Amino acid sequence: MEHLFVDAPSTGAWDEVFAAPGVVRPLYRDVVDVLQRFDVTELRSRFDQLARTFTDRGVTFALGGEERPFPLDLIPRLISAVEWEALAAGIRQRVRALEAFLDDVYREGRVFDDGVVPRALITTSPHYRREAFGITAHHAARITVSGIDVIRDEAGAFRVLEDNVRIPSGVSYVIENRRAMTQSFAGLFADHRVHPVDEYPARLLAALRRSAPEGVTDPTVVVLTPGVHNAAYFEHVLLARMMGVELVEGRDLTTVSNKVMMRTTQGERPVHVIYRRVDDEWLDPLQFRPDSVLGCAGLVNAARAKTVTIANAIGNGVADDKLVYTYVPDLIRYYLSEAPLLDNVETHRLEDPEVLAEVRAHLEDYVVKPVDGSGGKGIVIGPQADQATLAELDAAICADPRGFIAQRPVALSTLPTYVGSKIAPRHVDLRPFAVNDGQDVWVLSGGLTRVALPEGALVVNSSQGGGSKDTWVLVDEGEPAPLPKPETSIDRTITPQVGPDVARQRGPHVNAGADQ
Amino acid sequence: MNGGGMLSRLAESLYWIGRYVERADDTARIVDAYVHRVVEDPFNDDNATCRSLFAILGIEVGEEEEGPLTISSVLDRLVFDAQNPSSIAGALAAAHENARRAREAISSEMWVCLNATRNDLPRRQSLAGTIGPATYLQFVRERAALFNGLADATISRDDGWQFLVLGRSLERIDMTARLLEGRLVAAEHSPDWLTLLRASGAMESFLRASSGLAQPAEIASFLLLDRLFPRSAYHALSVADGCLDRLTPGTTRTGITDHAKRTIGAARNRLEFADPDRLVEELPDVLDFLERACAVANDEVTTRYFRQVAPVLWEAEVQP
Repeated sequence: MEHLFVDAPSTGAWDEVFAAPGVVRPLYRDVVDVLQRFDVTELRSRFDQLARTFTDRGVTFALGGEERPFPLDLIPRLISAVEWEALAAGIRQRVRALEAFLDDVYREGRVFDDGVVPRALITTSPHYRREAFGITAHHAARITVSGIDVIRDEAGAFRVLEDNVRIPSGVSYVIENRRAMTQSFAGLFADHRVHPVDEYPARLLAALRRSAPEGVTDPTVVVLTPGVHNAAYFEHVLLARMMGVELVEGRDLTTVSNKVMMRTTQGERPVHVIYRRVDDEWLDPLQFRPDSVLGCAGLVNAARAKTVTIANAIGNGVADDKLVYTYVPDLIRYYLSEAPLLDNVETHRLEDPEVLAEVRAHLEDYVVKPVDGSGGKGIVIGPQADQATLAELDAAICADPRGFIAQRPVALSTLPTYVGSKIAPRHVDLRPFAVNDGQDVWVLSGGLTRVALPEGALVVNSSQGGGSKDTWVLVDEGEPAPLPKPETSIDRTITPQVGPDVARQRGPHVNAGADQ
Repeated sequence: MNGGGMLSRLAESLYWIGRYVERADDTARIVDAYVHRVVEDPFNDDNATCRSLFAILGIEVGEEEEGPLTISSVLDRLVFDAQNPSSIAGALAAAHENARRAREAISSEMWVCLNATRNDLPRRQSLAGTIGPATYLQFVRERAALFNGLADATISRDDGWQFLVLGRSLERIDMTARLLEGRLVAAEHSPDWLTLLRASGAMESFLRASSGLAQPAEIASFLLLDRLFPRSAYHALSVADGCLDRLTPGTTRTGITDHAKRTIGAARNRLEFADPDRLVEELPDVLDFLERACAVANDEVTTRYFRQVAPVLWEAEVQP
C-alpha cells in the first residue's frame, strides 16, 4: 500500500516520518506498518468515523458564524520521551522567565532600570494594562495557563514561534482528539505506550484552587465564558465539566463591596477564583470598555482587594506581544541566569531604521506579522504573497514600525496527513500547554499539533483552514508508573451473577424449549 | 394491588427484563471504562486488569487460560458471547426472550426496542471488529436508555411496572457492589478510582458534587451513599424499597411481613446511617452485606411473587 503515501515536493522542510523517500524513521515504524495495512476505503471509513465522533460530541469551532467540526487527522504525531523531556524543560524555562517578567513589569520595573528592555516597549504595547499595576494575588501565578507555540525548523530542531500567555485555547482538542483516537484506533495504541492527557483538568483545578485568596480553604472556582457565541465555547464547557465547576457568564456575576458573587437560586454565593476566558478589555466595564456586557463591573477592584483571583492575570498581553518575543532569550538570561534551552525563530525589529530599510527592500523574503495579532490574522508570508499584498504591507510597516516584526520564513516540518484519498505531507506546528500553580510549571505531555491542510500552506490556525493531529508523547522504556498503588488486596471471591433458577422448570429463562 | 395483581409468570418476566437490560447497560459501562484504561494508560498491566474485570462479574478464568489475557478475550466473553447471560449480548438475548413471553404485559414500543436491538447486534458486532468496541458499547447504552425511556413513557404504573423497576434496581445495586468489590479483590491490579466512577456513569455527577480532588473515600461514599445520584447503591435501594411497598401496601402493627422488604429496608438503613468517614475501612463488610441483601431479596421476591404454590385441595369427583 506504499502508493497511499505521496512524496513531498522538496521544500527543505523536515519530514518527521521519512528520513528519505521510502525510509521510515524508527520512531514511526509501527505506525507506518499499521497504516500500510489499510486500503483507501478503510482509511476513508475511519476518517468518517472520527469526523462523526466529533460532530456527535459537538467538538466544533465557530468559523464565520458557522459551527464546524475541527478536522482531526488519522495519523498521530509521535514524540520520543527524550525529545519531549528536552522540549518540556525549554517550555518550563520560558514560562518561568515570562512569569518573572510580568511580575516585574507590574511592580518594580527592574528590567527597565537595568536596561534589558526599553520601557517604551511596554508603554507602547496595546496590551499593557495600567489598571493592573500593583495587583498581586496570594500564591498565584500570573500565567496559570500558557500555550507556547513551537515548530521544527529545517534541521528538525524545535524553535519557539510565539508565546500565548493571555487565554490560550486548544487544550480541549487535545483531550477530545485522544478520546476519539482511542475509540477508533484502539489497535494502534496497543503497539505504543503513550502518555495519557486526561489529567489536565485535575491539574488545572489544583492550580486554580491553590491560587485562591489567603484564608480561603475551600475556594469556589468558576470558569468565566463570553458565552455561547464564542469560538472556543466548546472548550469552556469541557473544562468546566471536567473540573466540576460552574461555567458562568458575566451576567451571572456581581460584586458586593469588593467581593465577587454569583447569582444562584439560593441567593448570592461568593466566588474566589475565576478562570476567565474573556479578554482583558471586556472583563470589567468600570476599568476597560464601558460597553462590555461580557464581564462584571468591579472585578478589577475585587482582585486588587485580594478577595478574588483572576487567572490568567490581567495585562499578560505585554508578555506575548511579538516584539517582546524578540527579547525573551534576554529575559531568560536576566531573570533566571540560565542559557535559553529553546531558540526563537530569527526575528527582526523594524523600529531600527536600518533594519526597516533592509526588510522593505526584500519583503518577498520575510514573514511579516502584526505584533498583537492572534489566530494567524494579518500575517503576510513574503515568498507566497502577490505584489499588491506586498505593496500594502510596505505602506503598513512604514506607517507603524512598532506594529510589526519580520521573520525568516521557516519551512515548518511536515507529517503525512490524510487528504482526499491519499496521504500527503502537510506542515505542522505544536502547542504544548503548561499549567503554573505558582510553585511549579507542569507541562501536559502532548499538546495540540495543528496541521495546515492546503498543500504548501504554512499557517496552521483553525480559522485559516487548519486541522489537528493527536500528539503522542511516548513513555520511555523502564519509566516507572507515576503513581504507586499502595493498596493491597485481600482474599475474597465474588459470587457469579444470578439468573432465573432454570432448575425449577417453570419460570421464563434463556434456553427455553424449542418452538413448534 | 390494583384488584387482583397480575400473573406470576408475567411478573417474573418483567422482573428479569428489568434485570437483564440493566445488566447489559452496566456491563457496557464497565467494559468501556476498562478498555479506555487499558488503551490509554501506558503503565497499565493489561493481563491483571482483564482478570480483575472477570473477577468483578464472578467469572472464573480457567486453568487453561493461564497465559496473559487481552482485551479481545474480555470482549469475546463479556460482550459478544450470546450464550452467556453475564455478557452483554447474552443479557440482551435473555431480556428479549423474556419480553417475547410477556409481550402483552409491555408496550409494543418496548418490545420493538428489544427486538430491533437483538436483530441489530450481529451487524454491530462486525462493525466493532473493524473500528473497535466503543461504538458497540455506546449502542448498547443507548438502547438500554431507549428501553427505559419507553417504559417510563408508555406503560401504566401498575404491578408490572413495579416488578420491572424492582429488577432494574436490584441489578444496579448488585453491579455497584461488584464494581467496588473489584477494587478490594485485586487492588494493585484493578483500575484507579476514577475508572470506577467512569464505569458507573458517575464521573460528571461526582465532579459537580465534590469540590476538590477525587479521594477514594469520597468516591466510595458517592457510589454507595449519595442520596441524589440514581446509580448509587443507596438510591437504588430506596427505589427498590418503594417498589416493594407498592406491591404489598398496608403495614401491620408490628414487624414487616415481606421478607424482601425487610432485607432491602435494612440495607437501605445501614447505608443511610453509615459514617462516610469510616466507609473505606468498613467497605468489605458493607459490600458483603449488600451482596447478601441482593441475593436474599432476589430469592424472597421469587418465592413470594413468582413461585407461590397453593396446596392442591382434593375433592371427590363430581358425578355427572
